[in-house]
Amino acid sequence: MRAGLGAGRLALMRTYAELPGLMTQMTGDEKHGPSATSTLDVLWVLYDQVLRVSPDTVGDPGRDRFLLSKGHGPAAYYAVLAAREFFPESWLAGFGSAESRLGYHPDRLLVPGVEIASGSLGHGLPIGVGVAHGLLARGFSEPRVYVLVGDAELDEGSNSEAIVYAGAVGLPNLTVVAVDNQSSSYGWGPGGIEAHFAVAGWSTVRVSGRDHEALASAFRRVTAAGAASAGPQLVVATVEGPGALCKTGRECRPSGPARTVGPMRVARTAASAVLCITRLSDMKQG
Amino acid sequence: MVMADMRTVFAETASALLDEDPLAAVVLAEISADMFGKAAARHPDRVLNVGIREQLMISVGGGLALAGMRPIVHTYAPFLVERAYEQVKLDLGHQGVHAVLVSIGASYDAAPSGRTHQAPEDVALLDSVPGFSVVVPGHPAEVEALLRGAFGALDGGSTYMRLSTEVNREARPVSASLQVIRPGRRAVVVAVGPMLSPVLEAVADLDVTVAYATTVRPFDAVGLRSAEAGSGAVVLVEPYLAGTSSHSVSSALASRPHRLLSLGVPRTELRQYGTPLDHAVAYGLDAAGIRRSVTRFIGLT
Repeated sequence: MRAGLGAGRLALMRTYAELPGLMTQMTGDEKHGPSATSTLDVLWVLYDQVLRVSPDTVGDPGRDRFLLSKGHGPAAYYAVLAAREFFPESWLAGFGSAESRLGYHPDRLLVPGVEIASGSLGHGLPIGVGVAHGLLARGFSEPRVYVLVGDAELDEGSNSEAIVYAGAVGLPNLTVVAVDNQSSSYGWGPGGIEAHFAVAGWSTVRVSGRDHEALASAFRRVTAAGAASAGPQLVVATVEGPGALCKTGRECRPSGPARTVGPMRVARTAASAVLCITRLSDMKQG
Repeated sequence: MVMADMRTVFAETASALLDEDPLAAVVLAEISADMFGKAAARHPDRVLNVGIREQLMISVGGGLALAGMRPIVHTYAPFLVERAYEQVKLDLGHQGVHAVLVSIGASYDAAPSGRTHQAPEDVALLDSVPGFSVVVPGHPAEVEALLRGAFGALDGGSTYMRLSTEVNREARPVSASLQVIRPGRRAVVVAVGPMLSPVLEAVADLDVTVAYATTVRPFDAVGLRSAEAGSGAVVLVEPYLAGTSSHSVSSALASRPHRLLSLGVPRTELRQYGTPLDHAVAYGLDAAGIRRSVTRFIGLT
């Protein structure tokens, strides 16, 4: 149950289908870049179905925390926050201007509902470990900490410090959602992200990052696992990789839930150091 | 009676704060973890040793503060300040949350350990993070009051506390203001933290004011203007990077003609082991070296 949302307010609430329009108010573009849209469905599902936080409870110490660690390409984040009425939609048009509170990387002191200022990669998860510890130390066992990272962001070694530590101490109230658009140059390969977390003691699941039902189900499962003190949890959300976007720009735009894209991987040609992005099925055939 | 060293007083005071305040937390990266064993047994949720992970240590401090806790974060100076500098800048400073950072291993305390364990740049680096206070105790008996003051001020900002094995012969009452130890006419010599004893020895027969500072950020501009009292000459003696507080002195005296000599650890790497005293001598920060510099500066040689 979401806290603090009255029935009248829900009736006025924006829908998922309206998010692209909100993003267009920011960018002026009909199409949106891959880093902006890779997180859109995950963010929507979190704020629509998972997070126990609302504009009325942004200062409640017992609220759920959502930490956007991958702070670049924040148009989707701003669109979802505006859609959930954390700030007025009229703020969107000034995106990045001197008069705007909405910059290319979010600032928690400028934007209501934003829990951390992010931009430099590899900070959100380590901060999230501290927030999770702090909530438990204060006796808040209900609220949960969700941290969104990108697959390439996991290049940053600071994440490894947090992954190993959080798994070892078994933080039950910490969930990482890794949006995997196969953008790491020296990527993880199939199942690599999950393996990296699992060896540290995290429970892991991979779902389509465009499938709202699958995402919601995954979050429900990991939340239940956390409540059973099974340690921290990872949800990997697979979305289209940069290669797919280059070929078919239309796929950048959200076109509704439940569009699953098959697993992809990055293959590095050692001799030329040229990165080519190929569907896994193609590689197997080759 | 043998006085405990600064680190021991710190651990005892921080442990007491954990008992007194349910929002107090201590974050460690193995260093000094053994000194917090009893506190960890009493407060397992609030004494967090993250292993040899200094970036995580600072970020966890920031996260704890975001959750409403009051974190004290502690390890060896180069690993606390330099290794995790962006975490200090972003996960505390930019997030707008506060912690008390407490280092041991000041400047050349670890002279025989070499450059990896020395960070005389610590105060200069933290001076570039907006809002950080910096306190430099000169004696173990000054540590408790300074730590309690920094912890009590957490709602208003972060503090860096630089502990050292170099200590003055006697403790002074702790104050955020410059304390005039003795008056003189030719110059004012500002001794920071553990530099007071060598300064007093160096200028024993010189007609100079000696002022003592344990709080260097914010720098006591009013106190300096008062202590300077028309001599127009200031000698800054800091136990860390030379010139770290020069800009503060220049700002304080911007409206007055003045000369400034800044003594401290130079911007060169001394590839030599030995004792802290060996390094002090090499840097001209022992009593004889300070005396040479001060007499030349005020024109007695």
